[in-house]
Amino acid sequence: MAMTLRDIINKLLRRQRASASTARERLQLVLAHDRSDLSTELLDQMRKEILEVVAKYVEIDVDEGAVSLETEDRMTALVANLPIKRTMSGQIKLKEPINKSEENPQETEDKEQNS
Amino acid sequence: MATDTRVILICSGKGGVGKTTLTANLGISLARQGFTTAVLDADFGLRNLDLLLGLENRIVYTAQEVLEEECRLDQALVKHKQEANLSLLPAGNPRMLDWLKPDDMRRIVDMLKEQFNYVLIDCPAGVEDGFKNAMAASQEAIVVTNPEVSAVRDADRVIGLLNTNAIKPVQLVLNRVRPKMMANQEMLSIDDVTDILALPLLGLVLEDEQVIVSTNRGEPLTLNSLNSPAAKCYLNIAKRLQGEDIPLIDPLEESSGFGAKFRRLMQTKIF
Repeated sequence: MAMTLRDIINKLLRRQRASASTARERLQLVLAHDRSDLSTELLDQMRKEILEVVAKYVEIDVDEGAVSLETEDRMTALVANLPIKRTMSGQIKLKEPINKSEENPQETEDKEQNS
Repeated sequence: MATDTRVILICSGKGGVGKTTLTANLGISLARQGFTTAVLDADFGLRNLDLLLGLENRIVYTAQEVLEEECRLDQALVKHKQEANLSLLPAGNPRMLDWLKPDDMRRIVDMLKEQFNYVLIDCPAGVEDGFKNAMAASQEAIVVTNPEVSAVRDADRVIGLLNTNAIKPVQLVLNRVRPKMMANQEMLSIDDVTDILALPLLGLVLEDEQVIVSTNRGEPLTLNSLNSPAAKCYLNIAKRLQGEDIPLIDPLEESSGFGAKFRRLMQTKIF
């Protein structure tokens, strides 16, 4: 997130940040949805199913996870950020019953192009 | 006879962002530079181009009568009083809804191409039939938007449709720019809008009270008030349209002195 000198001063003075950056962020989000032709319900369903699939292999922090559409330069990307829970020793928690042979830790970030 | 006529759609998606004002001023500017120019009001449900050009009392026929061979094209064209190179053609009138199809639009534009260097099509708001008709006859487009979330969102929809219909080039005009608000970061910046919409910027138009005065009189600013801030912007846009390399106005430069220096400092990106 880009910050300007004014943003920082506003933050220090606990004032509301200038509205242009809010406008920019809201627009980027709404346009990603508009351009993808995905309805909110479909996107929600896809998010749920992606989480379910990933949760079959690793224990993820469902509350912290986010699946969103991001747009840059008229290209839209599906970005999933799914933090994996760790054991006390710092190891990634793999799900026991399935895929015992799976040793490689799963990627936490997963990008897919989708114009 | 013009052989390399440019047919330019002027559209925005959202209503009230300045399509018709841009069409009128661009029409006057191009005509003044010696190009024969036709402005076609494709918004026949709510037509206003005649009013902005001061030609509302001189319309007798519309494109519909031309297509139905009730009159000749030159009888329907309304020549501007001061700028003989500029003519207006209304597509239809509000009582004749539902007649226009994309093919009708193509036929009428083909007729205009026979005798004009430029055909500017003032597109209706929205992305429905009126827009699709107007797009059908166009080769290139100018998308007008304001630095406001709703206008930018609607412009994005229109740009998507123009891209799928192979209209190009598509260029952007950012209208109603308020330098002071931009400097205070209370308005989307020029870079914000061009980055989000990913279009080349043909020009920006400064917010200017004189625009309202000019519409009251039915005399576009580029006709008689060349020193007003918006008129200069429109003239620059007309020149850039022909490939002239005219630098953009820097809205931050528009407000000078200590205040402007301070506002520029405040815009410095820290990280």
